[in-house]
Amino acid sequence: MLKEIRIHGRGGQGSVTAAEVLAKAAFRDGIISQAFPAFGSERMGAPVQAFVRLSDKPIRTRAVIAEPDYLIVQDPTLFGQVDIFGGIKKGGMAVVNTEKPEDVDVPDGVTLRPVPGTKIAMEVIGRPIPNMVMVGAFAGMTGLVSLESIQEAVKERFGGKVGEMNAEAVAKAYNAAKQEK
Amino acid sequence: MAETQEILEGAMAVAHAVARCRPEVIAAYPITPQTHISEELSQIVADGDLDAEFVKVESEFGAASVVCGASAAGARTYTATSSQGLLLMNEVLWNIAGMRLPVVLACANRSLSAPLSIWCDHQDAEAIRDCGVIQLYAEDNQEACDQHLIAFKVAEDRRVLLPAMVNLDGFLLTHVFEPTIIPDQALSDQYLPPYKAVLKLDIDDPATFGAFTEPDKCMEGRWMVHDACRRSLPVIEEASAEFEKVFGRASGGLLENYKTDDAETILVAKGSISGTIKDVIDEMRDEGTKVGLMRIKTYRPWPGEAVLAALKGAKQVAVIERGGSFGAGGIMTPEVKETLYDAGLRIPVSGFCVQLGGREVPPDGIREIIDRVSSGEKQTAYEYFRLKQELLPDLVPEV
Repeated sequence: MLKEIRIHGRGGQGSVTAAEVLAKAAFRDGIISQAFPAFGSERMGAPVQAFVRLSDKPIRTRAVIAEPDYLIVQDPTLFGQVDIFGGIKKGGMAVVNTEKPEDVDVPDGVTLRPVPGTKIAMEVIGRPIPNMVMVGAFAGMTGLVSLESIQEAVKERFGGKVGEMNAEAVAKAYNAAKQEK
Repeated sequence: MAETQEILEGAMAVAHAVARCRPEVIAAYPITPQTHISEELSQIVADGDLDAEFVKVESEFGAASVVCGASAAGARTYTATSSQGLLLMNEVLWNIAGMRLPVVLACANRSLSAPLSIWCDHQDAEAIRDCGVIQLYAEDNQEACDQHLIAFKVAEDRRVLLPAMVNLDGFLLTHVFEPTIIPDQALSDQYLPPYKAVLKLDIDDPATFGAFTEPDKCMEGRWMVHDACRRSLPVIEEASAEFEKVFGRASGGLLENYKTDDAETILVAKGSISGTIKDVIDEMRDEGTKVGLMRIKTYRPWPGEAVLAALKGAKQVAVIERGGSFGAGGIMTPEVKETLYDAGLRIPVSGFCVQLGGREVPPDGIREIIDRVSSGEKQTAYEYFRLKQELLPDLVPEV
C-alpha cells in the first residue's frame, strides 16, 4: 500500500504544515509516512506544493510526486494557473476548498470532493487559513487516517486554544467530506 | 531505555541528535538549508537542556574559527553550514585538519554560486574534499542523526584526531518529515564518553598549534594528515560496529552494497538519491536486469579496498554524481576508475552528473542510465545528464 498525496496552495496558507500534520497523524495510526515541501523560494501568495506519502513499508524514494493518488487543493483560484490535476491517477480523488464545485473542470475518472474549507475556517477559527480543515476533509474523504489522530496531531502542532479550535474545525470538515460520499 | 520513532523534520532531528553528543561549544551562522539545525541547537542551549556555549558569529569564517580555537582548548565542538558558508570555512578547515582538531560539522549540501541556487547538489562538500576532513554521507534522516555520534567517536579517537563532516542533502533530507529516532541520551553517553584532548592549549603548559614550519619539516606535517585520514578507515568500521551493538541499528560503515553480489551493472552514488535508485533497482530486478547499487557512506577517506571488493565482479559501472570538476570530468568517477585501474581491472565506468542546483532526477532518469549502460553503450566523456540544449546558446562568440 503506497498512497501519494499532493497538496496545492499558496504561500501563507500552510500547505507544508498540512503535509506535516497529515504525516504525523497517519504515523499515529501505524502508517509509515513521509512529508516534504516542493522546495522553493516561498513567497506569500505564490503557488506552492507539498507532498505526503503513506505506506505500510519503509519509504525510500524521495522523488517529487508526479502521479498522485490524491490531491488536496487549498485555493480554488489556482485552477487555470497551475496544472492541478497533472499526472493524477485514474480513480484518483481531489478534495478541493471551494463553494463553487461547478467551476472545477475535473478530468474523467477523477472524483471531486468539494469542501467549503475557508468558510469552515472562518466560522470555527475566525481566520481564513484552511490548511488543517483540508487535512480533516482529506481524512473524511479517504478514510485513510482517523479523525482522532488528525485532531491529536493538530493539537500537538499548535497547542492551546489555536489547537482546540483547529481540532474542532477538522472534525467539521471531516464530517462534511465524509457525508458527501 | 525506549527509543521510539517520531515524525520529525530532518534538521530538527539532527539538532537533537547533536545535543545528545553533548558538545561544549557550538558556533554557527545561518544559511539555507542548514539554518534549522543551528536555530534548534541555539534553542536547546537557551532552554537549558544542553550545557554548552553557543557562540553567535558574524560569518561562517567566524564560526569555523571559534570551533577551531575551542577545540584546541580541549572542548567538544560543533558547527553546521551549507554551500557558500562551507567555502567561507574552507581556509579554517585546512587549519583544523592540520592541527588535528576533532571538530564535527554538518553540511546540508547545497549548490554553489553562480548562478545562485539554494537547492541540493554535492559541489560544496566536494570543493573541500582534499583538506583532511572525514566526510560521511547520509541516505536518510536516521543516518544523518546517527552519523553525528559516529563522527564524534571517530574524530576524537587518538588514532585519528581529525575533523569529521556529516553530509545530508539540503531540503531532500533537512526539510523532510519522516520516522526518525533521536538517539537515547543514556545510550549516547555510553557510546560517546566525554572528550579528553591529548594536547590542548593550556596557559600552565604552553604549546603552539599549527606552527610555522620550514621546508625540511612541512611535508611530514601534511603527510601525517593524509596518513591519519587513511588510518581512520578501520576506526570508522570499528565505531560503526560499536554503534550497531549499542543502538541496534546500522547507520555507519564505509559502503552499503545493495544487490551488488550478482549484479552485472553496478551504480555508484552517495546521499539521498540512493533511496530512489533502490526502488528503481527493485523494479528492474523484477524485469530481469541484474543491477545493484554501491552506496558511498564514507567518502573521505576513500574506501578503496571496499570499493574494489564491491565492484570487481561487475561488467559495467555507472557513477551517479551531483557535482563535477569543470574542465575535467566527474569527482567520484575518476576515483572509481583509479581504484579499478590500480587493481588491473578495465571495467567500463561511465560517469553521469545527474543533478546540479536541485534539478529533479525522476526514477525514469535512473532507469534510462541503467538501460544505456547495461546495453553496453560505450561512454568516454563525463556526461551532464539531460542537459537542456534549448537553453544553451547556439554559438560561442568568437574572441
